[in-house]
This record gives sequence, C-alpha cells and structure tokens, in this order.
Amino acid sequence: MTDPLLQLAGLSVGFGDVSAVSDVSLDVRKGEIFALVGESGCGKTTLALSVMGLLPGSAQVRGQIRFQGDDLLTLSEGARRRLRGDRISMVFQDPGTALDPAFPVGEQVAETIRAHRPVSRREARDRAIRLLAEVGIPSPAERYADPPHRLSGGMQQRVVIATALANEPSLLIADEPTTALDVTIQAQILGLIRDLRDRHGTTVILIAHDLGVVADLCDRAGVLYAGQLVELAPVERIFESPRHPYTRALLAALPTAAAARGALPVAGGGVPDLADPPPGCRYSPRCPVRMDVCVRVPALVPSEPAHATACWYAQSERMA
Amino acid sequence: MAASAPLMQARSLSREFRIGGGLLRRPQVLHAVHDVDLDIQRGEVLALVGESGSGKTTLGRCLLGMLQPTAGGVWFDGEDVSTADRKGRSGFRRRVQPIFQNPYSSLDPRWPVARTVREPLDAFRIGDRAAREARVIELLDSVGLSARHARSRPHELSGGQRQRVAIAAALALRPDLIVADEPVSALDVMVQAQILNLICGLQRELGLTLVFITHDLAVVEHVADRVAVMYLGRIVESGPVSDVLAGPQHPYTRALLEAVPKPSPGPRPQRAAVRGEIPSPLAPPAGCHFHPRCPLAIDRCRVTAPAMTEFGVGHTASCHVTAAIHDAKGA
Repeated sequence: MTDPLLQLAGLSVGFGDVSAVSDVSLDVRKGEIFALVGESGCGKTTLALSVMGLLPGSAQVRGQIRFQGDDLLTLSEGARRRLRGDRISMVFQDPGTALDPAFPVGEQVAETIRAHRPVSRREARDRAIRLLAEVGIPSPAERYADPPHRLSGGMQQRVVIATALANEPSLLIADEPTTALDVTIQAQILGLIRDLRDRHGTTVILIAHDLGVVADLCDRAGVLYAGQLVELAPVERIFESPRHPYTRALLAALPTAAAARGALPVAGGGVPDLADPPPGCRYSPRCPVRMDVCVRVPALVPSEPAHATACWYAQSERMA
Repeated sequence: MAASAPLMQARSLSREFRIGGGLLRRPQVLHAVHDVDLDIQRGEVLALVGESGSGKTTLGRCLLGMLQPTAGGVWFDGEDVSTADRKGRSGFRRRVQPIFQNPYSSLDPRWPVARTVREPLDAFRIGDRAAREARVIELLDSVGLSARHARSRPHELSGGQRQRVAIAAALALRPDLIVADEPVSALDVMVQAQILNLICGLQRELGLTLVFITHDLAVVEHVADRVAVMYLGRIVESGPVSDVLAGPQHPYTRALLEAVPKPSPGPRPQRAAVRGEIPSPLAPPAGCHFHPRCPLAIDRCRVTAPAMTEFGVGHTASCHVTAAIHDAKGA
C-alpha cells in the first residue's frame, strides 16, 4: 500500500550556472496523488521533466531516480523513450500546444497506443474511442476525426489525458493541468483525475501553484522553494500545521475575506537568482526566523512519521 | 441622493462584434456584452467576475472608452461619454485609466521605466520637464520602486515590478477611476499578495474608484465592496460582496462558488460539478443563457430571459426559479 513507486535520491539539476533543482529526495507511493507545490522558478517542472527524461541535453543531472526497480538516469535513451507514454506519461498545462493541430484527436490517441503496443489500426482505433468515452468526451466516435481546434479547451485537455492514459501508465505526471481552464471546467477535470486514480490505481504527480487545487485533490505534498524541497507532508498537515516558514508565508499570502483589505502578510523581497543562490537555506534571506546556522543547508528532518521539514528553526523549535 | 450619484453608469450597454462574413456570406454577430446596467459608486471597489467569454473584458473596455458600445451607453460624472465634445473626451481619458493583466505586453519593451511613467504627463502637457521628472520619481516611490529602477527596461524587471510600473503609469494623471483587468492573475501567490496590498493601499489613500475584473473569487472576497457576476455577456447577479458570496441567488453564481477549490484541508465533499461547458457566445442558448447547465431549469427558462429581482438591499439576480422562491417566502 505504501510502497514507493518512484524514489528521488539527491536529485540535482543544473543548467550552466543555474541550479534549478538542488539535492531533492522524496518518495511517491503507489496509488497516491502527490502534489509538487511552489511558485514560478521553484523547479517543479524541471523535476517532472527529469523524471520523464525530457530535459534538454545541456542539463546536468545528478542523483538517482528509481522507478519500479530501475534507476532511470542510467537507462539508455531508447529505454527511456519506451517508458514515456507507456509506464510514465505526462499531461501538460496547455492542451492547445500538446496536441498536433493538423491531426484528428482520436488518431493522436491511437498513435500513442500503436507506438508502444503491437495492435492493428482497427484495435487502436477502438481503444482510442473507448478512452475518449472514459475521459468524458460525448459521442467519441464522431469526435474521433475532429481536429483539435473544433474542441473547447476543456475537451482538448480531456483528449490529452486520454492520450496520457492510452497505455495504462503506472505514473501520470500532470503539470498544471487545469491552470489554462475556467473554474467550472477545472472542477470537472480534477474530478476526472480523481476518478481515474480511484478506478485504475494510477499514481499521479500533480504540479500546481494553486493551493486550492492541492487541498482539493492531493494526498501528500512536497513544497519546493528555489529548487530546494523545504517540506513534505500529508496535505492536511501542510494546511493545518505547516512547519517551514516558507510554507507558512505561502498560505498566509492567500487572499481571503478575513484578512484586512490590502494587508495580506507577505514576505519582503523576491525569489533568489538561481545563478547565484544564497548559501544554505535559499529562503533564509527572506525568512523572519533566520538564524546564523541557516547559511548551512538544513536536512529534511521528520517531526512526525509522515511530516518532514528542512528548516533549522523548525528543528530548534521542536527541541525546545 | 445628489451626494451618492454614481461616478460611472452603464445603461442598457451592449457591444456586438461582427465575425467572418464576405461577399455572399452574412457575418455572424457575437453579443459580447448584452444589455448591461451598472452603477459604479465613488470610492468603491467593484469586482466584475466571470469565466472566459463572459464579456467582462469587453465591458471593461467599454467603460474605459476603448470600445464604443453598439447600443446603450456610458455616463461618467453625469455626462454621456459618447456625445462628449473633444474637451469632455480629453477630460474623461485623464480621469479614467487602465491596468492590464500582462504588464509585459502593456509596457513598451524599448522604453526605460521613467519614459513609460512620464508618457501620460507628456501627452497631456502637464508641468514642465523638471516637474514631470520629479513626478515620475514620486510615482515610482508610491508603487515601491526606487529611482534606480527609472532607467531599467521592462525585460530587466520581474513580473511584479513590471506590474508596479504599469500601476505608476496609470496613476500619473491622478485619475478618479481605474479599471484593472486581471491585474494579478499572471503573478505568483507571494507577488500577487504584494500587488494586491499595493493596489488596495493606493485605492484607499487616493480615494480611487476601482473596477477590478477577475476570474478569481478569493481575490474578489479580499478586495471588493460589491461584485457583479457575468455569464455569456449578461450580468446575472450583483450586490455587496458579503451578501453575494454568502447567499448567492443565481444558480451560476452558486456553481462558480462551488467549483472553486478551497485552500483548506479536511473532508472533501464530492462537489456536484456543474454540467457541460460554456456555450459559444456566437450562439447563446435562448431564454436564460445558463439554462442548459442549470440544475434548477424549468420550461420558462428555455424561452424567456429572466428579469432582475431584488433579493436584498442592492442585491439583485436574474433567475425565474429563485425569484419565485423569494416571492413565495415574502408573501
């Protein structure tokens, strides 16, 4: 039940001088919906692309990515390509760019099946139609031949999800899958992702900046700041008893009716330049509880069995 | 009564766009905004809320005078904007200013920040050169930028800093009314909080009237006094924020509120996600535009567009069903 499907160990990704992901270790368990949370530039998409094996050749990757017994970073490019779209697949933010505008949507699903499975065109087509039905596309047989532009954004995202599910992946990575959609359509797509997990036991990594989406859909979350994993906990613990000062600041900055208008508590300054990050904890220059020791990188230390925080202050608070 | 005359009013405002068409084909008509009445009181923050295609941006552009209504009109300080003479129009353009969603596309990439902020002062020939330069520094300071940013170009600034520049430029002419179209939607949570604090602080300090266009109900709750909810070109509900969000009367407002994922943990109720998609504004459904997706729809909704019913002080919504329930309770 709690076996890890995916394990990252000391994963770092750099682009030239820029340190995009720094020494991230975490487990994603079978059948859970795991959230990667953080603001622009925190490294959440880079992390996802490193699992997919879609980083540009210029990226320097260190550490381990263990998936179903393999260390993905040691596999050949051919082996990784065979994994993609088969055992691991990904849904991107903008369905308009994820789909080929010139090809019928159904064929894009069927093509993904035929790329990995020795099935006839006809079988692939039948399976594609069943998948389109499963993701909630009305009259899928008729929609099969439609080019993407005939479909609304929400319907396009359903097609992208059908493509990602075509070969029943063990791991689905969804990168901001509802950010480009309207809120009533977002609710439908989130419901669809939850259903798919419940029915097929697909493990999902959801990348999100919207904390509402995370609270709504996910079981556990990892919070990233400037490439460092700062907190890892079940979602209810992230919201009810966040321990890292950054997680606390992020939650406090959400606009609410309760906060006095124009007085949202917000940390000063901005995210650091990743080409020249501050030493130690990268949040320390903005942190209200910074200590001298914060120039050293804090380890991710569990405070409860399932709740870990990388923060010197949180550790000292616990000792006291 | 005279003291509370609205600063701006829209009356039966409609804006159509003609799409396609050619020698032999008739163009299709898109009713982006249809028959909207809106009062904007002095000093208030009014939120316009809706999803894509609701017409909120088109309505905002009509209020800004950037688009002419195809029917109805806009009155500013008691004057019909469309019939104003040259002087009147010039005064209107000084007193009503926009802030847009994407500060990267609304700022000239070649201009240093100081020139962008000074440009409105140059255009209206306000003060001499030295006075304008001084005003620019003062404006930058008021939005939390320092004199050293004055020579930066937009690409050297962060998204939050760029939005600060756009706000400084909007304030240059000391406007009475600002129409801000999704001013924080492109920003990260922490930067969003900084910019919301800035906009709300300036609004209070300068006594500005603010029309805040957004799709985000959490932002509405935080910044606005009143809210108007739009669906397919019509205002379907409006009223004080606390009344509308606590007691929504239009089924669409309810659906919208239910669809917003709440950033709080705990048991997650299975939401009855609203069915279907927003219909094309090129072919909106007859009657109440929301009826194909509405859980309460009755036959009448498919035929007749509902009129506005008053549910509380200043709280109106257009729904046959909830109006009937309200009437029955009142009787």
